[in-house]
Amino acid sequence: MAHSTTQYKLDQKFEFTAGLKKTIFTVLGIGAVILIIGMIAAALGGHDHANGDEAGHAFHWYHRVFANLWINNVYFTGIAIIGVFFFAIQYAAQAGWSAGLIRIFLSFGYWLPFAAVLMIVTFFLFNHDLFHWTHSSLFDKGGAEYDKIIDGKGGYFYWPLENGSFPIFFIFRMVAFFAIWGFFFNKLRTLSYEEDIQGGTGYYYTLRKWSAIFLVFFAVSSSVSAWDWVLSIDTHWFSTMFGWYVFASWFVAGLAAFTLVTVFLKERGYLEMVNENHIHDLGKFVFAFSIFWTYIWFSQFLLIYYANIPEETFYFVERLQSDVYSPFVFVNLVLNFFLPFLVLMTRDAKRHAIFLKVVCSLIILGHWFDFFLMVQPGTLGQNGGFGLIEFGMLLVFGSAVAFVVLSNLSKRNLIAKNHPLLEESYHHHI
Amino acid sequence: MERDKNFILGVYEDEDVLMDAVVKIRKSGVKIHEVYSPFPVHGLDEVLGYRRSRLPIAAFMFGLLGTSLALIMQFYMMKFDWPMIIGGKDHAAVPSFIPVTFEMTVLLAAFGMVGVFLITSNLKPWSQPRIFDIRITDDKHVIAIDLAANAALGEEKISDVLKNAYASEVNKKSFV
Repeated sequence: MAHSTTQYKLDQKFEFTAGLKKTIFTVLGIGAVILIIGMIAAALGGHDHANGDEAGHAFHWYHRVFANLWINNVYFTGIAIIGVFFFAIQYAAQAGWSAGLIRIFLSFGYWLPFAAVLMIVTFFLFNHDLFHWTHSSLFDKGGAEYDKIIDGKGGYFYWPLENGSFPIFFIFRMVAFFAIWGFFFNKLRTLSYEEDIQGGTGYYYTLRKWSAIFLVFFAVSSSVSAWDWVLSIDTHWFSTMFGWYVFASWFVAGLAAFTLVTVFLKERGYLEMVNENHIHDLGKFVFAFSIFWTYIWFSQFLLIYYANIPEETFYFVERLQSDVYSPFVFVNLVLNFFLPFLVLMTRDAKRHAIFLKVVCSLIILGHWFDFFLMVQPGTLGQNGGFGLIEFGMLLVFGSAVAFVVLSNLSKRNLIAKNHPLLEESYHHHI
Repeated sequence: MERDKNFILGVYEDEDVLMDAVVKIRKSGVKIHEVYSPFPVHGLDEVLGYRRSRLPIAAFMFGLLGTSLALIMQFYMMKFDWPMIIGGKDHAAVPSFIPVTFEMTVLLAAFGMVGVFLITSNLKPWSQPRIFDIRITDDKHVIAIDLAANAALGEEKISDVLKNAYASEVNKKSFV
């Protein structure tokens, strides 16, 4: 009953056992082997694919590796920053229910530095293979490949330099976003850990202030990064929904990942204060934002479908009328909408770990397919697909992220033990 | 003795005390008819041992009805009754049916849920509510115990149980 004050063990640390590390490294190893087999198979059998794409470049098997690097970079960067975002949301909303869980959200931010390096390096090495707009011949007025539309958009990438030179504005945004996200992550993290030692409510208010500032910045930067990193692949195309669309995809994937880690920790006997009510709330988040994602996806699709303007429809024609990608459009909708909608609809499904484990794993895979569909048609044309390279690289990235997140989670106290709303979270009841 | 006529009422000021009282009374074997309170008391339905409401199932069914009606309506109108070409699309342009289908689903689920709730809670406009104690609309919680349902115990015993369970008053109420 609500009257008795329960004492929980607050000084608990997640133990990142050797067995668990071994499992993660095994998955990583299997992923690497699959990736290498896929690359060898593609290199040996790829000659018949060497037909030129629209930019006049021949397709080589390694383009597929670059495209996959980009898919996974963008996807896991998103999950990492959503960790910081969701942590900040809890403070800005003064949420009590989640007080025992915030360290889990926060720990996803540790992937950010790795993501920043991978992203920037990938861009510098393979920009011509990923982004059509990086070819300087497109901006050469009077040249054979001059593209008036892309030249008109050039300022977004090259300002203040000349179009077609070094994309300084684009690079500046990429570096600035990672730097500022990293700064806020570091700030929130430090304050939260200091609170463990010092106590008092002062940290709570300071955290709330920094969270609010971060959320304002993230509101803008999440959209802009979606245009930069994903939308600009299809340079001719545009969609005003796109920022929200990418954000929604990241958010659901992030929520699914938090739920999985929470359930996993509960099963290992941690977090006694987190009961089925908290799990239920996480389940509701996954359920609700899966519908939100579908709403955004469909809003984008419906307007373009109905208006039927060629410069907009080609994005969906490229995907829906392609033998390579059209099955995945439906896989995407089934995994990310119908499955969570139907399975997580009942209260019992959201309160029991087994349903959540299955659905959340499939959602994480499903939103990977969402990014797969955003990136591959624009970078690889009809030469893409889901094969050994894709599967292998997803396993490599996924287990690397899991390793970074869990190893950093194990370094600090698992519970923000001086969080002023912890008592409220014990009595959370729905 | 006739059921649903004669009641013994325990009056409470505080909802925490009320919750403890409900647990205590149920433990002593007395069957509680109903608890009336001026505001929702969180967790009360659980200590009373009520089964979970089946209202969500009704909502789902009505939602499904809304989905089917909306789709049937649109297919009938757009494909069979008065086919029109809009924007060069098929007569049955399914994606453009989705918004209407969604709205109909929500509308029927909401209306159905409200209707079912009103009926099952006996909140018909013409129903005469039984007022156990006028103060339940203000600041008092009341536990009502049906005498006939606890005939084996008798009035005295039930009053004692209520008094032991921290009731600030124990009253009798009969309806004709």
